[in-house]
Amino acid sequence: MTSTSVRRNKATGLVVLLAGLVMTGVGYAAVTSTAEASVTTASQTQIDQGKQLFQQGCATCHGLAAQGSSEGPSLIGVGAAAVNFQVSTGRMPMAAPANQAPQKPPIYTDEQIAALASYVASLGPGPAVPSDEDLNTSDANLAEGGVLFRTNCAQCHNFAGRGGALSNGKYAPNMMGATPRQIYEAMLTGPQNMPVFNDKTLPPAQKRAILKYINELQTAPSPGGLALGSLGPVTEGIFIWTAGLGALLAVAVWIGAKVR
Amino acid sequence: MSNDHKTDVATTGIVEGDIVEFPLPPHHHRLTDTDPRAARRAERQVSIMFILSALCIIGFVVAYVAIPETSYIDLGPVGTLQTSNLMLGLTFGLATLLIGIAAIHWAKKLMSDEEIVDYRHPVGSPQEDRDAAKAAFDAGVAESGFVERKMVRRTLLGALALFPLPLIVMLKDMGPLPGDSLRHTIWRKGSRIVVDVTGQPLRPEDMQVGSLVSASPADLNEIQEADGDQNARAKASIILVRMKPSDIVSEQGDGWSWNGILAFSKICTHVGCPIALYQQRTHHLLCPCHQSTFDLADSGKVVFGPAARAMPQLPITVDSEGYLVAQSDFQQPVGPSFWERA
Repeated sequence: MTSTSVRRNKATGLVVLLAGLVMTGVGYAAVTSTAEASVTTASQTQIDQGKQLFQQGCATCHGLAAQGSSEGPSLIGVGAAAVNFQVSTGRMPMAAPANQAPQKPPIYTDEQIAALASYVASLGPGPAVPSDEDLNTSDANLAEGGVLFRTNCAQCHNFAGRGGALSNGKYAPNMMGATPRQIYEAMLTGPQNMPVFNDKTLPPAQKRAILKYINELQTAPSPGGLALGSLGPVTEGIFIWTAGLGALLAVAVWIGAKVR
Repeated sequence: MSNDHKTDVATTGIVEGDIVEFPLPPHHHRLTDTDPRAARRAERQVSIMFILSALCIIGFVVAYVAIPETSYIDLGPVGTLQTSNLMLGLTFGLATLLIGIAAIHWAKKLMSDEEIVDYRHPVGSPQEDRDAAKAAFDAGVAESGFVERKMVRRTLLGALALFPLPLIVMLKDMGPLPGDSLRHTIWRKGSRIVVDVTGQPLRPEDMQVGSLVSASPADLNEIQEADGDQNARAKASIILVRMKPSDIVSEQGDGWSWNGILAFSKICTHVGCPIALYQQRTHHLLCPCHQSTFDLADSGKVVFGPAARAMPQLPITVDSEGYLVAQSDFQQPVGPSFWERA
């Protein structure tokens, strides 16, 4: 009698200990993931919450198990970075099928985005959301970033990062409002028609150099004032042919006007 | 009254005999011609503009010396701009403009406003001058014997016909003939493919599906230095893309790709713009200059735009150390078409 109760007590203690460990783990994971917006250690509850959100908001196109459908690609193995990019920039969920998902205000909170990301990350290995350390550009080389930007990004995103047109209604978006994390995720995952610049072909140090250069483009003041969209000869030409020639014509009319 | 008069002059002249006369409208003097106070006022205005122009030039010098380059000013809709740029432009522009406006104002208000008549003269010379010239020419022809002495005339014509030849021959000095350099690039069997700018060699596993890499041959820099120009780079630039092998519809040659990795020239076949606007889901490569679009999954064929031929594909493979290399040079000339292109 006493021996069984003792044994039962031992078992109870073990259960309590296990429960305590699990709860600490879950709590720690929840705290760190929300604090750092990182999903490296996703808790099961977060994944479950993400799965629920996914089935409500994403499964129509991407399939109940994210396996993809005729309306949307499979999300297995795209990683948390892709989800964070698409949802935090408001591109997903899409309002209507189109050649390209336009940017709009995000409809999910940061917490919900983290849950969605951890759910998709749990489906298969893929790039994680870059940490603050990945985005730290204090040691990055600005000039190198400029060369890399012009070689790899400027063909679509314009030499000043203002974006540009592609075929069939697609376009490379303006980068002036993009955060470093979103830009890093875009390079890592190649959203929509953008090619992938994975870490093997464009190592993290070079990505940080590009981030530093884009930050310079976003923040550096323009000595000449009105940039006319930084589109080059198109807008500048329109401006000088209308405003400039218009002013010259007005002066010519004044010179030829009859004097009373 | 003056209005009626204008319509008369514009529509009908006054007929005197068989000559139609268009009499000039009466001349109206300006206010500055009739009123000395108005003239003095105009004079003052012109002088004030010249003085303001001089002040602007002094302002320019002051702005140049005094305003630091780091100073910026926010002008609302025009945006934030460098104060020094703004002030230098404003002062110098105003100085020039004021001199011009003052000069025109001076001419319009104060300089002489009298109308004068200057009759046209007949264009041709008098008949006797023409007859004299004709006689002198005929005398010259007869005295020189240009008509009778056939041998002299013909040899002169022959000599003059050959005279421009050196000008044509010297055109050769405009540069060496291109030879077969338009048909070849520095790619050759075993040339290692490296990432543009960084020079990092590539293994197939470095690229994932959807990747795009701007690349060049490993020995580009040495060749470019020896050549002293960028021709080698311009011709040898390529892009590497990786797609699912099942997405590849056709290739320009059997076994030219490696597990879904394809290499194409970066130079548009239309007029030679470098292009890397690769859309990874449609496998389309778009040229920003004239919107030529190439389908890289289907032999790089033209699907839209003015380009007349497919984007040349570079055959690639992997060497013994596992790095991506070229199998050979391009099998057709890269870049825009030229006359002798087969």
